[in-house]
Amino acid sequence: MTSGVRKIVAGCDVGSLAAKAVIMERRRVVASAIVRSGPKPAESAKKAMDEALAKANLTLNDIACCVGTGYGREKIPFVSESVSEISCHGKGAQFLIPSARSIIDIGGQDCKVIKLDAKGNLVKFITNDKCASGTGRFLDVMAKVMNIPVAELGALSLSAKDPITLASMCTVWAQADVIKHINERRPAADICAGVNAAMANRVAMLANAMGLENDICMTGGVAKNKGVVHALERIMGKRIKEVRQIDPQLMGAVGAALFAHER
Amino acid sequence: MITLGCDLGSTTAKAVILENNTVLASAVIPVRLDPIVSAEEVIALCLKRASLTRDRISGIVGTGYGQQQIPFVSRRESEIVCHAKGAFFHHPTARTIIDIGGQDSKVIKLDTNGNVLQYSYNDKCAAGTGRFLEIMADALGVSLEDMGETGLTCNERLTISNQCVIFAETEVVSLVNEEKEPGDILNALFRAMANRVCSQARTLTIDNDVIMTGGVAKNIGVFQALSQSLGVTLKTLPDLDPQINGALGAALLAQEG
Repeated sequence: MTSGVRKIVAGCDVGSLAAKAVIMERRRVVASAIVRSGPKPAESAKKAMDEALAKANLTLNDIACCVGTGYGREKIPFVSESVSEISCHGKGAQFLIPSARSIIDIGGQDCKVIKLDAKGNLVKFITNDKCASGTGRFLDVMAKVMNIPVAELGALSLSAKDPITLASMCTVWAQADVIKHINERRPAADICAGVNAAMANRVAMLANAMGLENDICMTGGVAKNKGVVHALERIMGKRIKEVRQIDPQLMGAVGAALFAHER
Repeated sequence: MITLGCDLGSTTAKAVILENNTVLASAVIPVRLDPIVSAEEVIALCLKRASLTRDRISGIVGTGYGQQQIPFVSRRESEIVCHAKGAFFHHPTARTIIDIGGQDSKVIKLDTNGNVLQYSYNDKCAAGTGRFLEIMADALGVSLEDMGETGLTCNERLTISNQCVIFAETEVVSLVNEEKEPGDILNALFRAMANRVCSQARTLTIDNDVIMTGGVAKNIGVFQALSQSLGVTLKTLPDLDPQINGALGAALLAQEG
């Protein structure tokens, strides 16, 4: 690369529920966007990218290379290549937290546990995309019956005094349980805490099946729910290192942009 | 000797009155908020249908999810044992029972004498239980009673790839938005549900005859899809509501004292 020429790259991560775009220059995030996914991945990708470009005062022509990732990655029209979300989350996490060896990524409809070596290469991973329990969808369903925004589940749960216990992990049975507790007029904080704990229990099953090594970091939208993060730490008996530099939901897109930078 | 069996399930309460191996009357009602009320109501209805009073009953056996709540029982028995008893009574050739209730599914293996050899029980996951059908009937705006018939045949073969109720429901909503026919969607749902039950059944070896019981056995669409999935000709109870099998087994056990 000739010095003086700006090399601006982008990463675009189209997930089941949210599309994310990150624009990077010299390995620094200059702009990002998160939008709700619509039925067409190409349109969701464009919406996220347009929003990020507008924030950075750029157009698509300024982007030297864009890498796509996520569930809808094959449908993104403006990318030069696509990379699996496992690799992108590994790449992003290793860049932001170089000591990371395990990543718990909880998306809107799946949950992945990823192991990395010291260089950030993928060692192995396991995914749950068969069962809504332990995915963002579980929290969405519970927030909906509680009539609160899903983003508030975490903060609300922190003031719980007597958390409820959900007998079943299945989203359908847990939903019935939550409705019962709502009808019994249990405080919202106590219900939220029970929901987050049930969620963490299911994720811990997947994490324990893998066996996690320090440092552990969490990515994906659910990483923003402090209630789930704390419950998970408690259940696993391990600390989770917080991603502070960026929104953890952007991790896949950051990884994709880093791959674009290397191209 | 007149006996009564009462099966208090998660969604319905069932009762059967038996006199010397002949069913005098049976009743099925949706459960009330209070399980004791459910038990009392279903027993009262069954007695009324048999034109009997409770003092004529020599023994009552209770079973099912809510068995601890059933008043005035002589004893309680597990659902597994009651289902085995009920199915074997009608089909001495029964070696496998698949019972799908409102919130669980059971696969029970019998020996040649009708004793339980092994069983598999799912109440952890709503997929493969009656709840799956209830949610899908709601999503499609069809009645639970008619859905089996509606989805019996398909014009366009669709596939539901998820077994999880939550994810499958999303697939159904997409198919509805694509203006697919409800019958075709139902047909795909029945095959998806049959696959789920089939995987559970295959954790045991399936021997003939295979008897299907429980409320879901009344859904002809699921019944046929499951026959196909398992590759066997399923049987159900002759001339009796398959939903009362557990209560029938309980009444038979009450005869034994």
